[in-house]
Amino acid sequence: MKDIITQLNPAFDHRNRLGIMSVLAVNDWVEYSTLKELLNLTDGNLASHLKPLEAAEYVTVRKQFVGRRPQTTYGVTDKGKQAFKLHLDALEALLKLGRDDD
Amino acid sequence: MNTNDPQQQLAHLAEMRALMERSTRFLSLSGLSGVWAGFCALAGAAGMYIWLGMLPFSGDEGYYYDKAIRTINWGLGYKSAVILLAFLVLSAALSGGLYFTSRKARKQGLRVWDASSRRMLWAMAIPLVTGGIFCLALLYWNLPALVAPATLVFYGLALANGAKFTLRDVEMLGLAEIALGLLGIFYPGYGLELWITGFGLLHILYGARMYLKYDRSPA
Repeated sequence: MKDIITQLNPAFDHRNRLGIMSVLAVNDWVEYSTLKELLNLTDGNLASHLKPLEAAEYVTVRKQFVGRRPQTTYGVTDKGKQAFKLHLDALEALLKLGRDDD
Repeated sequence: MNTNDPQQQLAHLAEMRALMERSTRFLSLSGLSGVWAGFCALAGAAGMYIWLGMLPFSGDEGYYYDKAIRTINWGLGYKSAVILLAFLVLSAALSGGLYFTSRKARKQGLRVWDASSRRMLWAMAIPLVTGGIFCLALLYWNLPALVAPATLVFYGLALANGAKFTLRDVEMLGLAEIALGLLGIFYPGYGLELWITGFGLLHILYGARMYLKYDRSPA
């Protein structure tokens, strides 16, 4: 049990960060506003959850102009994909244990 | 947050799965759109039979497409009649479909025009536009026998392709349309009957099934 918990990644230790990673894992690039809408978060809230993911280099930002409008899109890095997969594996193992306890 | 609580982790996983679905697939496609499209197709086929002055399964009078080439009714030759009816059916089916689908999206609190619907439409547009031009070419070369089966095949391909980005049920409908179309290429005399089965009956059946499965219960 202890082993598995140490495998859980603290960077993902919040449902909104898991949500961000889930959306980015299955989409190439996602706009900031789309992310906000999907996760139902405020600007400040979303930014504060994106920051640590960016700092860990799990998430990468792309800024560009569409016409005159600046557009910020987010994508997941290879490192992020790897880390997310390990985290999910650990979650799965944890759930299996929980079920065996019953 | 307590990472030891499997119950909570399970809830998170369910939420993640929903987010993945919602961000990649267009889930507001309404079953009623399909039902409506089916009725539009039946009306269009009825128009075609009236223009021809024929009834379904009256193959002993000769093939419908042979008769079509010789028919001029309402001041329309067969090419104009086919293109006009196709245009009317398509615009009625699309505008009604858009209405039911936007209504469902509004109820779900989702947007109709977003990345997932764009992806679905793009996936469908490639086979559809190809098929549309292909059918115009068939008319151009005076091969009306192949038009009805070709529309089924290309429409089925569009559905099977678009299904990757919307409700999975659409894929089965697509495969069924392709099968009917391929059958029609071998039995061109039944082209219109197969067309009615595919665009009319299957749309209504599948649309109703999807409506009962997804739309009626609060999603």
